[in-house]
Amino acid sequence: MKKFFAAALVVAATAVGVGGAQAQTGTLAQVKSRGILHCGSGTGLAGFGLPDAQGNWTGIDVDMCRAVAAAIFDDPAKVKFIPLSAKDRFTSLQSGEVDLLSRTTTWTMSRDTSLGLNFAGINYYDGQGFMVRKKLGIDSVLKLAGASICTQQGTTTELNLADYFRANKLKYEVVAFASNTETVKAYESGRCDAFTTDASGLYAERLTLSAPADHIVLPEIISKEPLGPVVRHGDDVWLDIVKWTHFAMLNAEELGVTKANVDEMMKSPNPEIKRLLGTEGKYGEAIGLTNDWAYRIIKHVGNYGEAFERNIGQGSLLKIARGQNALWTKGGLQYAPPIR
Amino acid sequence: MSTIPTETVQPGKASLFYDPRIRGYVYQFALIAVVGFLIWSAASNAIENLRAQKIASGLGFWHNAAGFDVNQKLIPFSASGSTYGQAFYVGLLNTLLVASIGIVLSTFLGFFVGVSRLSSNWVLSKLAMIYVEVIRNLPLLLQLFFWYNAVLKPLPGARNSIALPGSIFLNNRGIIMPNPQFAPAFEFVVIAFFVAIVAAIVFYTWSKKQQERTGTQYPNGSISLALIIGLPLVVYFIAGQPLTFDLPQQGTFNLTGGLQIYPEFVALLIGLTTYTAGFIAEVVRAGILAVSKGQTEAANALGLRAGPTLKLVVIPQAMRVIIPPLTSNYLNLTKNSSLAVAIGYPDLVQVFTGTVLNQTGQALEVVAITMAVYLTISLVTSLFMNIYNKRMALVER
Repeated sequence: MKKFFAAALVVAATAVGVGGAQAQTGTLAQVKSRGILHCGSGTGLAGFGLPDAQGNWTGIDVDMCRAVAAAIFDDPAKVKFIPLSAKDRFTSLQSGEVDLLSRTTTWTMSRDTSLGLNFAGINYYDGQGFMVRKKLGIDSVLKLAGASICTQQGTTTELNLADYFRANKLKYEVVAFASNTETVKAYESGRCDAFTTDASGLYAERLTLSAPADHIVLPEIISKEPLGPVVRHGDDVWLDIVKWTHFAMLNAEELGVTKANVDEMMKSPNPEIKRLLGTEGKYGEAIGLTNDWAYRIIKHVGNYGEAFERNIGQGSLLKIARGQNALWTKGGLQYAPPIR
Repeated sequence: MSTIPTETVQPGKASLFYDPRIRGYVYQFALIAVVGFLIWSAASNAIENLRAQKIASGLGFWHNAAGFDVNQKLIPFSASGSTYGQAFYVGLLNTLLVASIGIVLSTFLGFFVGVSRLSSNWVLSKLAMIYVEVIRNLPLLLQLFFWYNAVLKPLPGARNSIALPGSIFLNNRGIIMPNPQFAPAFEFVVIAFFVAIVAAIVFYTWSKKQQERTGTQYPNGSISLALIIGLPLVVYFIAGQPLTFDLPQQGTFNLTGGLQIYPEFVALLIGLTTYTAGFIAEVVRAGILAVSKGQTEAANALGLRAGPTLKLVVIPQAMRVIIPPLTSNYLNLTKNSSLAVAIGYPDLVQVFTGTVLNQTGQALEVVAITMAVYLTISLVTSLFMNIYNKRMALVER
C-alpha cells in the first residue's frame, strides 16, 4: 500500500509538472539545444514542398525552413520536415510538435487571432482558381452553373467556393475529400467537372494528371490567398527570426545579392548590403543570432528570386510567372522593410 | 490477520486506530482521495495548458456560421444560413442513415450467406464459403476504394449516362431517378398503408389462435403482403393517383431534377454491407451448428419439412447464440462507417471532425464530441440488442 501511495504521488507530481516547463523557454533556445529545426510541411505539393527522388525535401516553402535553419545553425540540412495534412497542421504547431509551419497556409484573421498563431510574412501571393477539361468548352467560372466541383475539405478553398457561387447565384454541387490526392483522382476520373484550389496548386497538380494538356485553368481568381510561414503566439523573438529571414531574402534580391556573388558582395561598399551581410552593425545579434545570419541564408539557400525560380518559376516544371510575387520595384507585391 | 473475535475486545477502550474496519475505511478513503486528486490535477493542468496554447477554448463555435456546403444532406443546409451545429447534425444523420440501412441489408445478406454455407447444395455452400473468406480477409478500406474507384467511377460521365427503364439514369455521379412529388390527397394512401398493417397484425393473431385451436394453417405471409400492398394501391387509384414524378433532365453538366443517390453513399453502403455480412454469415453458421442435431431429427420425426424445421426449431434456438456476436457486428458496422472520410461521403467524421474541425481549429472539442456520439450510438444499439437478447434467452422452467 505504501509503495502504491509513493508511486501515485510521483505520477501526480509529474502530471502537474509537465507543460509548465515548455512555455517558459523560448523556441529559439529549444531549437538550439535540440540542434535541429522541426518544420511542419505539406504532405506533398510540387514546387512548394515535396521530397525528390533522393528523399530530399524541395520547394519554396521548404526553402523557408532551410533558410531559418541556415540562419541559426549555418547548415540548411538541420531541418526535420514533418508532413502535416491541412487538418492537423494547426494543432501540431500549437502543441509545439513543430517550431514553424511552412506549408501553403493562407493568412486569415481567425487563424492569426483566435487560434493563437502569428503569420511571419507572405512568401507567396496566391488566389483560388479552377481547372476544367478543355473539351467542356468553358472559358469562365460563371459558366459552371450546375457543375460538380471537387475540393479538399477543411481549407479556405471550400469556403471561398461557397461564397463565390452564392454571390453569383450559381448552383453547384461540392464533393469534398480529406486528402488532396483523392480530390485530384476524383476530378480526373470525371466525378467532378471542375477542380478548385489555389492557382499555384492547380498548376502543380495539372502536372500529375495523365494528360495535362487536356485541362485548362480558368482565368478567374476568386479569392486572396496570401500564403506564409506561421509560428505560435507569445514568442516574439522567434517571430522576428522567421519574419526577418523572409525579409533578408527579399532584401537580398532587391540589392542583387545572390547565392553566387554573396562572397564577393561581402566587400561591397554599399551600406545597405553591408548591413544585410553583417559587415556593418549588429543586426543579427538583435534577433538572437550571429551577425552573419543573412549571409548564411543567402549562401545556403539564395535570395527570394532564386528560391522562386528554382522551385516554381522558370527553372522548374511549373513555370509560374512572378506576377504578383515580383518585387515591388518591378510592379509586384513583395516588399521588405529595410535593415537598419 | 488476527483471529480474535471482536467481541472479546472491549469496545469503549480500544483505540479507533486499531479497529480493522475503521482502518480499512480510512485507507480506502485515502486511496479515493489520492486517485481523485490525481485525476483532478492532471485534468485541470491539461485544461490549463490547452487553454494557454489556444488549443481548446470552448464550444463557442457551435452557433457560428459554417460558410461551406455539403452535397448529401437529409436536412436543409446551406453555406449562407447554417451553423457549425447544423453541420454536426447533417453529418450525424448521414452516419445514422448509412449505418441503419447497412445493418438491415447486412443482416439479410449475412443470414442468407450463413444458411447457404450449411446448405446441402454443393455449389451454393462453396460459393458462400468463397464469399466469406474473400470478404472477411480483406481490409475494409481497400474494399471501399475498390467499390468507389474501380466499380463506380468508371461508369460513363454525366453527358452520356446509361438510361434505365423508368427514367432512371446511371452515371459516375450516381443514380438519378424520378423524384416523387406528393399531392395532398396522398395522405389517404399513407393512412391506408397503416390501416393495412394493423389489419395484417389482427389477421396474424387470429390465424395463430385458429391454428392453436383447430390446427388449420393459413398462408399468413401472402395474405399480409396482399393487404399491405393491395389496400394502399386501391386507395391510390380511388384518390385519383395523387402522385407525380419530377423527372431528371439533361443539364449542361449534370442531370438536373430528380432524386440523386451519390456514388460515395452507394460505395460506402455496398462496402459496409458486404463486409459485415461476411462476419454475420459466420455468426449465423456458428449459431445454427450450436443447435444439437437431435433437435432437427426430432422435428423431422414430428413430420416437419426442412423449411419449417429451420424456421420453427433451429433458428429460434440458434438466435440465443447469434445475438451477442451479432450486436458486436452491428457496432462494428456503425463505427466502420467513419471510413467514409476516405471516399468523400459526408458522414459525421467527414463533415464534423473534418471540415468543422479545420475551419474552427477546435480539435479537442470536436474530437471529444465525436467520440461521445459514437459511444452513445454504440451503447444505445447494445441496449436494444440486450433487451432483444433477454426476450430470446432460454427460459428455464
